[in-house]
Amino acid sequence: MRISASNLGCLRGSREIFRNINFSLSSGQALAVLGPNGAGKSSLLRIVAGVLRTTSGRLSLEGGDPELTIPEQAHYLGHLDALKPSLSVAENLAFWARYLGPGPGVLADALEAVGLAPIRDLPAGYLSAGQRRRLSIARLVAVRRPIWLLDEAASALDQAAQARLIELMRGHLAGGGLILAATHAPLGLDQAQELRLEAA
Amino acid sequence: MSALVALLRRDMRLAVRIGGGALMGVLFFLIVVAMVPFALGPDLALLARTGPAILWLGALLASLLALDRLFAADHEDGSLDLILMGRAPLELAVGAKALAHWLTTGLPLVVAAPLLGLFLNLGPAAIGAVALTLLAGTPALTCIGLIGAALAVALRRGGLLVPVLVLPLTIPVLIFGVAASNAALAGPVPFGTPFTVLVALTLASMVLGPFAAAAALRHGVE
Repeated sequence: MRISASNLGCLRGSREIFRNINFSLSSGQALAVLGPNGAGKSSLLRIVAGVLRTTSGRLSLEGGDPELTIPEQAHYLGHLDALKPSLSVAENLAFWARYLGPGPGVLADALEAVGLAPIRDLPAGYLSAGQRRRLSIARLVAVRRPIWLLDEAASALDQAAQARLIELMRGHLAGGGLILAATHAPLGLDQAQELRLEAA
Repeated sequence: MSALVALLRRDMRLAVRIGGGALMGVLFFLIVVAMVPFALGPDLALLARTGPAILWLGALLASLLALDRLFAADHEDGSLDLILMGRAPLELAVGAKALAHWLTTGLPLVVAAPLLGLFLNLGPAAIGAVALTLLAGTPALTCIGLIGAALAVALRRGGLLVPVLVLPLTIPVLIFGVAASNAALAGPVPFGTPFTVLVALTLASMVLGPFAAAAALRHGVE
Protein backbone atom coordinates (compact mmCIF):
# COMPACT_ATOMS: atom_id res chain seq x y z
CA MET A 1 0.00 0.00 0.00
CA ARG A 2 1.32 3.42 -0.91
CA ILE A 3 0.08 6.97 -0.49
CA SER A 4 1.50 9.66 -2.71
CA ALA A 5 0.82 13.34 -2.65
CA SER A 6 1.76 15.58 -5.52
CA ASN A 7 1.74 19.37 -5.42
CA LEU A 8 -0.75 19.59 -2.58
CA GLY A 9 -1.85 23.11 -1.77
CA CYS A 10 -4.04 24.46 0.97
CA LEU A 11 -5.88 27.74 1.20
CA ARG A 12 -7.73 28.73 4.36
CA GLY A 13 -9.80 31.84 4.25
CA SER A 14 -7.81 33.78 1.70
CA ARG A 15 -4.42 32.83 3.16
CA GLU A 16 -2.24 30.28 1.48
CA ILE A 17 -1.00 27.83 4.12
CA PHE A 18 1.26 25.79 1.89
CA ARG A 19 1.69 24.69 -1.69
CA ASN A 20 3.64 22.13 -3.70
CA ILE A 21 3.83 19.54 -0.97
CA ASN A 22 5.05 16.19 -2.24
CA PHE A 23 5.56 12.99 -0.35
CA SER A 24 5.17 9.32 -0.83
CA LEU A 25 4.79 6.74 1.87
CA SER A 26 4.64 2.95 1.62
CA SER A 27 3.61 0.21 3.98
CA GLY A 28 5.80 0.05 7.04
CA GLN A 29 6.99 3.66 6.73
CA ALA A 30 6.42 6.68 8.90
CA LEU A 31 6.50 10.33 7.89
CA ALA A 32 7.13 13.01 10.48
CA VAL A 33 5.59 16.34 9.47
CA LEU A 34 7.65 19.09 11.05
CA GLY A 35 7.43 22.85 11.08
CA PRO A 36 6.68 25.88 13.22
CA ASN A 37 3.20 26.70 14.53
CA GLY A 38 0.87 27.70 11.73
CA ALA A 39 2.93 26.02 9.03
CA GLY A 40 0.02 23.76 8.11
CA LYS A 41 0.91 20.46 9.76
CA SER A 42 -2.60 19.88 11.05
CA SER A 43 -4.14 21.09 7.80
CA LEU A 44 -2.03 18.58 5.85
CA LEU A 45 -3.20 15.74 8.08
CA ARG A 46 -6.82 16.86 7.81
CA ILE A 47 -6.49 16.92 4.03
CA VAL A 48 -5.32 13.31 4.07
CA ALA A 49 -8.16 12.51 6.49
CA GLY A 50 -10.59 13.94 3.95
CA VAL A 51 -12.13 16.55 6.22
CA LEU A 52 -10.37 19.46 4.54
CA ARG A 53 -10.19 19.96 0.81
CA THR A 54 -7.06 20.68 -1.13
CA THR A 55 -7.00 23.71 -3.35
CA SER A 56 -4.54 22.07 -5.73
CA GLY A 57 -2.66 18.85 -6.29
CA ARG A 58 -3.83 15.36 -5.61
CA LEU A 59 -3.54 12.45 -3.24
CA SER A 60 -3.47 8.94 -4.57
CA LEU A 61 -3.52 5.51 -3.05
CA GLU A 62 -2.08 2.34 -4.54
CA GLY A 63 -2.91 -1.00 -3.06
CA GLY A 64 -5.17 -1.30 -0.07
CA ASP A 65 -8.85 -1.99 -0.46
CA PRO A 66 -9.91 -0.61 -3.87
CA GLU A 67 -13.49 -0.18 -2.64
CA LEU A 68 -12.47 2.23 0.09
CA THR A 69 -11.16 5.79 0.00
CA ILE A 70 -8.12 6.95 1.97
CA PRO A 71 -10.22 8.41 4.84
CA GLU A 72 -12.16 5.16 5.12
CA GLN A 73 -8.91 3.28 5.70
CA ALA A 74 -7.39 5.85 8.04
CA HIS A 75 -7.47 6.72 11.69
CA TYR A 76 -7.29 10.40 12.55
CA LEU A 77 -6.12 11.41 15.97
CA GLY A 78 -6.56 15.17 16.12
CA HIS A 79 -6.44 17.78 18.84
CA LEU A 80 -9.97 16.93 19.85
CA ASP A 81 -10.57 13.58 21.46
CA ALA A 82 -14.10 12.89 20.12
CA LEU A 83 -15.31 11.67 23.51
CA LYS A 84 -18.72 12.23 25.09
CA PRO A 85 -18.40 13.21 28.76
CA SER A 86 -21.63 11.49 29.82
CA LEU A 87 -20.66 8.11 28.34
CA SER A 88 -18.29 5.80 30.17
CA VAL A 89 -14.78 4.99 28.97
CA ALA A 90 -15.91 1.60 27.64
CA GLU A 91 -19.06 3.03 26.01
CA ASN A 92 -17.07 5.72 24.20
CA LEU A 93 -14.62 3.18 22.83
CA ALA A 94 -17.34 0.64 21.99
CA PHE A 95 -19.20 3.26 19.97
CA TRP A 96 -16.20 4.18 17.84
CA ALA A 97 -15.26 0.53 17.42
CA ARG A 98 -18.74 -0.19 16.07
CA TYR A 99 -18.95 2.95 13.99
CA LEU A 100 -15.48 2.84 12.41
CA GLY A 101 -14.92 -0.85 12.15
CA PRO A 102 -16.32 -4.32 12.26
CA GLY A 103 -17.36 -4.26 15.90
CA PRO A 104 -16.19 -4.27 19.47
CA GLY A 105 -14.10 -7.42 19.23
CA VAL A 106 -11.06 -6.53 21.26
CA LEU A 107 -12.20 -3.66 23.46
CA ALA A 108 -10.72 -5.16 26.62
CA ASP A 109 -7.36 -5.61 24.89
CA ALA A 110 -7.45 -2.06 23.57
CA LEU A 111 -8.21 -0.60 27.01
CA GLU A 112 -5.48 -2.80 28.45
CA ALA A 113 -3.02 -1.53 25.84
CA VAL A 114 -3.46 2.07 26.97
CA GLY A 115 -3.78 1.26 30.66
CA LEU A 116 -7.40 2.34 31.08
CA ALA A 117 -8.90 -1.07 31.88
CA PRO A 118 -9.30 -0.34 35.62
CA ILE A 119 -11.48 2.73 34.96
CA ARG A 120 -13.57 1.35 32.10
CA ASP A 121 -16.87 2.30 33.77
CA LEU A 122 -15.91 5.86 34.71
CA PRO A 123 -17.71 8.60 32.71
CA ALA A 124 -15.27 10.15 30.26
CA GLY A 125 -16.05 13.59 31.67
CA TYR A 126 -13.93 12.75 34.73
CA LEU A 127 -10.81 11.83 32.77
CA SER A 128 -7.68 13.96 32.76
CA ALA A 129 -6.28 15.30 29.50
CA GLY A 130 -3.74 12.48 29.33
CA GLN A 131 -6.33 9.81 30.02
CA ARG A 132 -8.61 11.26 27.35
CA ARG A 133 -5.75 11.11 24.89
CA ARG A 134 -5.05 7.49 25.86
CA LEU A 135 -8.70 6.61 25.29
CA SER A 136 -8.45 8.11 21.79
CA ILE A 137 -5.35 6.06 21.17
CA ALA A 138 -7.27 2.94 22.24
CA ARG A 139 -9.47 3.57 19.20
CA LEU A 140 -6.47 2.92 16.93
CA VAL A 141 -5.91 -0.41 18.64
CA ALA A 142 -9.56 -1.48 18.74
CA VAL A 143 -10.20 -0.92 15.02
CA ARG A 144 -7.60 -2.00 12.51
CA ARG A 145 -7.04 0.58 9.83
CA PRO A 146 -3.78 0.70 7.87
CA ILE A 147 -3.20 4.47 7.83
CA TRP A 148 -2.64 6.39 11.05
CA LEU A 149 -2.80 10.19 10.98
CA LEU A 150 -1.46 11.43 14.29
CA ASP A 151 -1.59 15.13 15.16
CA GLU A 152 0.63 15.74 18.18
CA ALA A 153 -0.47 12.37 19.47
CA ALA A 154 1.95 12.42 22.38
CA SER A 155 0.73 15.71 23.83
CA ALA A 156 -0.49 15.44 27.43
CA LEU A 157 0.89 11.90 27.73
CA ASP A 158 3.25 11.00 30.56
CA GLN A 159 6.59 9.27 29.93
CA ALA A 160 5.24 5.76 30.35
CA ALA A 161 2.29 6.42 28.05
CA GLN A 162 4.58 8.01 25.46
CA ALA A 163 6.76 4.90 25.53
CA ARG A 164 3.66 2.75 25.07
CA LEU A 165 2.51 4.89 22.15
CA ILE A 166 5.90 4.46 20.47
CA GLU A 167 5.58 0.71 21.01
CA LEU A 168 2.12 0.74 19.41
CA MET A 169 3.44 2.77 16.45
CA ARG A 170 6.34 0.33 15.96
CA GLY A 171 3.93 -2.59 16.08
CA HIS A 172 1.68 -0.87 13.55
CA LEU A 173 4.58 -0.24 11.15
CA ALA A 174 5.84 -3.80 11.58
CA GLY A 175 2.34 -5.01 10.64
CA GLY A 176 2.53 -3.10 7.34
CA GLY A 177 0.81 0.11 8.47
CA LEU A 178 1.57 3.69 7.50
CA ILE A 179 1.95 6.62 9.88
CA LEU A 180 1.75 10.33 9.14
CA ALA A 181 2.53 12.24 12.29
CA ALA A 182 2.62 15.98 12.87
CA THR A 183 5.03 16.61 15.68
CA HIS A 184 7.41 18.99 17.40
CA ALA A 185 9.18 16.43 19.55
CA PRO A 186 11.11 13.49 18.05
CA LEU A 187 8.72 10.68 17.10
CA GLY A 188 10.87 7.98 18.67
CA LEU A 189 10.84 5.89 15.51
CA ASP A 190 14.13 4.87 13.97
CA GLN A 191 13.62 5.46 10.28
CA ALA A 192 10.94 8.07 9.94
CA GLN A 193 11.07 10.23 6.82
CA GLU A 194 10.76 13.93 7.43
CA LEU A 195 8.64 16.53 5.69
CA ARG A 196 9.45 20.05 6.75
CA LEU A 197 6.83 22.76 6.25
CA GLU A 198 7.88 26.39 6.28
CA ALA A 199 5.86 29.12 7.91
CA ALA A 200 3.86 30.89 5.21
CA MET B 1 -25.54 -1.07 9.00
CA SER B 2 -24.15 -1.84 12.44
CA ALA B 3 -22.33 1.51 12.29
CA LEU B 4 -25.67 3.30 11.87
CA VAL B 5 -27.28 1.32 14.68
CA ALA B 6 -24.32 2.22 16.90
CA LEU B 7 -24.74 5.92 16.04
CA LEU B 8 -28.49 5.76 16.70
CA ARG B 9 -27.99 4.06 20.05
CA ARG B 10 -25.24 6.47 21.11
CA ASP B 11 -27.34 9.53 20.29
CA MET B 12 -30.35 8.14 22.13
CA ARG B 13 -28.21 7.28 25.13
CA LEU B 14 -26.71 10.79 25.16
CA ALA B 15 -30.19 12.33 24.93
CA VAL B 16 -31.55 10.50 27.97
CA ARG B 17 -28.42 10.89 30.11
CA ILE B 18 -27.85 13.93 32.31
CA GLY B 19 -27.48 17.03 30.18
CA GLY B 20 -29.32 15.44 27.27
CA GLY B 21 -32.17 17.12 25.44
CA ALA B 22 -34.91 14.47 25.63
CA LEU B 23 -36.68 15.58 28.78
CA MET B 24 -36.14 19.29 28.10
CA GLY B 25 -38.27 19.18 24.96
CA VAL B 26 -41.28 17.72 26.76
CA LEU B 27 -40.89 20.08 29.71
CA PHE B 28 -40.69 23.07 27.38
CA PHE B 29 -43.82 21.82 25.58
CA LEU B 30 -45.61 21.49 28.94
CA ILE B 31 -44.62 24.99 30.03
CA VAL B 32 -45.61 26.67 26.76
CA VAL B 33 -49.01 24.96 26.67
CA ALA B 34 -49.62 25.56 30.36
CA MET B 35 -48.94 29.30 29.88
CA VAL B 36 -51.60 29.71 27.20
CA PRO B 37 -54.70 29.59 29.48
CA PHE B 38 -53.06 32.29 31.62
CA ALA B 39 -52.61 34.47 28.55
CA LEU B 40 -55.99 33.84 26.91
CA GLY B 41 -58.09 33.70 30.06
CA PRO B 42 -60.39 30.93 31.24
CA ASP B 43 -62.72 30.95 28.25
CA LEU B 44 -63.23 27.21 27.69
CA ALA B 45 -64.82 27.56 24.26
CA LEU B 46 -61.94 29.72 23.05
CA LEU B 47 -59.37 27.29 24.43
CA ALA B 48 -61.05 24.33 22.74
CA ARG B 49 -61.19 26.22 19.43
CA THR B 50 -57.53 27.30 19.52
CA GLY B 51 -56.25 24.12 21.23
CA PRO B 52 -54.95 22.24 18.18
CA ALA B 53 -53.07 25.32 16.97
CA ILE B 54 -51.53 25.87 20.40
CA LEU B 55 -50.43 22.25 20.71
CA TRP B 56 -48.91 22.37 17.26
CA LEU B 57 -47.04 25.63 17.95
CA GLY B 58 -45.77 24.25 21.25
CA ALA B 59 -44.59 21.02 19.63
CA LEU B 60 -42.94 22.97 16.82
CA LEU B 61 -40.93 25.14 19.22
CA ALA B 62 -40.09 22.24 21.52
CA SER B 63 -38.80 20.03 18.73
CA LEU B 64 -36.48 22.79 17.54
CA LEU B 65 -35.11 23.29 21.04
CA ALA B 66 -32.52 20.51 20.99
CA LEU B 67 -31.80 20.78 17.29
CA ASP B 68 -29.03 23.35 17.27
CA ARG B 69 -26.83 20.99 19.29
CA LEU B 70 -27.50 18.05 16.95
CA PHE B 71 -24.35 18.54 14.88
CA ALA B 72 -22.70 21.40 16.77
CA ALA B 73 -21.91 19.18 19.77
CA ASP B 74 -20.29 16.58 17.53
CA HIS B 75 -18.41 19.29 15.68
CA GLU B 76 -17.01 20.85 18.84
CA ASP B 77 -15.65 17.64 20.35
CA GLY B 78 -14.19 16.30 17.09
CA SER B 79 -16.70 13.47 16.66
CA LEU B 80 -17.96 14.89 13.38
CA ASP B 81 -14.53 14.47 11.74
CA LEU B 82 -14.58 10.79 12.62
CA ILE B 83 -18.20 10.38 11.53
CA LEU B 84 -17.12 11.74 8.13
CA MET B 85 -14.36 9.11 8.02
CA GLY B 86 -16.73 6.23 8.67
CA ARG B 87 -17.64 3.76 5.98
CA ALA B 88 -21.36 4.48 6.24
CA PRO B 89 -22.57 7.13 3.76
CA LEU B 90 -22.86 10.52 5.48
CA GLU B 91 -26.49 10.86 4.34
CA LEU B 92 -27.44 7.70 6.23
CA ALA B 93 -25.41 8.72 9.29
CA VAL B 94 -27.29 12.04 9.28
CA GLY B 95 -30.52 10.08 8.93
CA ALA B 96 -29.61 7.91 11.92
CA LYS B 97 -29.00 11.03 14.00
CA ALA B 98 -32.32 12.45 12.84
CA LEU B 99 -34.12 9.25 13.84
CA ALA B 100 -32.48 9.35 17.26
CA HIS B 101 -33.53 12.98 17.65
CA TRP B 102 -37.10 12.20 16.68
CA LEU B 103 -37.34 9.18 18.98
CA THR B 104 -36.06 11.17 21.95
CA THR B 105 -37.66 14.55 21.22
CA GLY B 106 -40.50 14.20 18.71
CA LEU B 107 -42.10 11.00 19.94
CA PRO B 108 -42.34 12.14 23.60
CA LEU B 109 -44.15 15.25 22.35
CA VAL B 110 -46.69 13.07 20.56
CA VAL B 111 -47.17 11.03 23.73
CA ALA B 112 -47.52 14.15 25.90
CA ALA B 113 -49.94 15.92 23.54
CA PRO B 114 -53.13 14.07 24.65
CA LEU B 115 -52.48 14.96 28.29
CA LEU B 116 -51.85 18.59 27.42
CA GLY B 117 -54.98 18.53 25.26
CA LEU B 118 -56.96 18.04 28.45
CA PHE B 119 -55.50 21.32 29.78
CA LEU B 120 -56.96 23.06 26.74
CA ASN B 121 -60.45 21.59 27.07
CA LEU B 122 -60.15 19.44 23.93
CA GLY B 123 -62.62 16.61 23.42
CA PRO B 124 -61.56 13.01 22.74
CA ALA B 125 -61.91 13.37 18.96
CA ALA B 126 -59.80 16.54 18.89
CA ILE B 127 -57.15 14.97 21.13
CA GLY B 128 -56.95 11.95 18.83
CA ALA B 129 -56.71 14.14 15.74
CA VAL B 130 -53.95 16.32 17.19
CA ALA B 131 -51.93 13.31 18.37
CA LEU B 132 -52.26 11.65 14.98
CA THR B 133 -51.25 14.78 13.05
CA LEU B 134 -48.31 15.32 15.41
CA LEU B 135 -47.22 11.70 14.88
CA ALA B 136 -47.30 12.27 11.14
CA GLY B 137 -45.86 15.79 11.24
CA THR B 138 -43.07 15.82 13.82
CA PRO B 139 -40.71 13.74 11.62
CA ALA B 140 -41.00 16.53 9.07
CA LEU B 141 -40.04 19.11 11.72
CA THR B 142 -36.96 17.06 12.62
CA CYS B 143 -35.90 16.54 9.01
CA ILE B 144 -36.36 20.19 8.05
CA GLY B 145 -34.55 21.18 11.24
CA LEU B 146 -31.63 18.95 10.26
CA ILE B 147 -30.77 21.31 7.44
CA GLY B 148 -30.65 24.28 9.79
CA ALA B 149 -28.60 22.34 12.33
CA ALA B 150 -26.06 21.38 9.66
CA LEU B 151 -25.90 24.95 8.37
CA ALA B 152 -25.25 26.18 11.90
CA VAL B 153 -22.05 24.09 11.83
CA ALA B 154 -21.10 25.41 8.41
CA LEU B 155 -21.72 29.03 9.37
CA ARG B 156 -20.12 28.64 12.81
CA ARG B 157 -23.04 30.32 14.51
CA GLY B 158 -25.14 28.53 17.00
CA GLY B 159 -27.98 29.37 19.29
CA LEU B 160 -30.90 31.15 17.76
CA LEU B 161 -29.76 30.86 14.17
CA VAL B 162 -31.32 27.41 13.79
CA PRO B 163 -34.87 28.43 14.78
CA VAL B 164 -34.63 31.59 12.69
CA LEU B 165 -33.57 29.57 9.64
CA VAL B 166 -35.90 26.66 10.20
CA LEU B 167 -39.16 28.14 11.44
CA PRO B 168 -40.17 29.73 8.11
CA LEU B 169 -39.56 26.40 6.37
CA THR B 170 -41.91 24.60 8.75
CA ILE B 171 -44.90 26.84 7.92
CA PRO B 172 -46.43 24.36 5.42
CA VAL B 173 -46.20 21.56 8.00
CA LEU B 174 -47.85 23.79 10.59
CA ILE B 175 -50.63 24.84 8.20
CA PHE B 176 -51.58 21.31 7.18
CA GLY B 177 -51.08 19.86 10.65
CA VAL B 178 -53.48 22.34 12.21
CA ALA B 179 -55.84 22.19 9.21
CA ALA B 180 -56.12 18.43 9.52
CA SER B 181 -56.76 18.64 13.27
CA ASN B 182 -59.47 21.26 12.74
CA ALA B 183 -60.98 19.34 9.84
CA ALA B 184 -61.47 16.35 12.12
CA LEU B 185 -63.45 18.59 14.49
CA ALA B 186 -65.42 21.03 12.44
CA GLY B 187 -64.94 20.27 8.77
CA PRO B 188 -65.85 21.41 6.17
CA VAL B 189 -63.04 19.55 4.34
CA PRO B 190 -62.65 15.87 5.24
CA PHE B 191 -59.74 15.00 7.58
CA GLY B 192 -58.06 12.99 4.84
CA THR B 193 -57.38 15.90 2.50
CA PRO B 194 -55.03 18.04 4.62
CA PHE B 195 -53.70 14.92 6.37
CA THR B 196 -52.47 13.40 3.10
CA VAL B 197 -50.68 16.65 2.26
CA LEU B 198 -49.10 16.59 5.73
CA VAL B 199 -47.87 13.03 5.20
CA ALA B 200 -46.54 14.02 1.78
CA LEU B 201 -44.61 16.92 3.33
CA THR B 202 -43.15 14.51 5.88
CA LEU B 203 -42.07 12.00 3.25
CA ALA B 204 -40.53 14.70 1.07
CA SER B 205 -38.60 16.20 3.97
CA MET B 206 -37.36 12.76 5.04
CA VAL B 207 -35.80 12.38 1.61
CA LEU B 208 -34.49 15.93 1.18
CA GLY B 209 -33.39 16.68 4.76
CA PRO B 210 -30.57 14.14 5.14
CA PHE B 211 -29.12 14.92 1.69
CA ALA B 212 -29.19 18.68 2.23
CA ALA B 213 -27.77 18.35 5.75
CA ALA B 214 -24.99 16.02 4.58
CA ALA B 215 -24.08 18.45 1.81
CA ALA B 216 -23.96 21.33 4.30
CA LEU B 217 -21.77 19.31 6.67
CA ARG B 218 -19.31 18.34 3.94
CA HIS B 219 -18.82 22.01 3.17
CA GLY B 220 -18.95 23.13 6.74
CA VAL B 221 -16.42 20.91 8.48
CA GLU B 222 -12.92 22.28 8.21
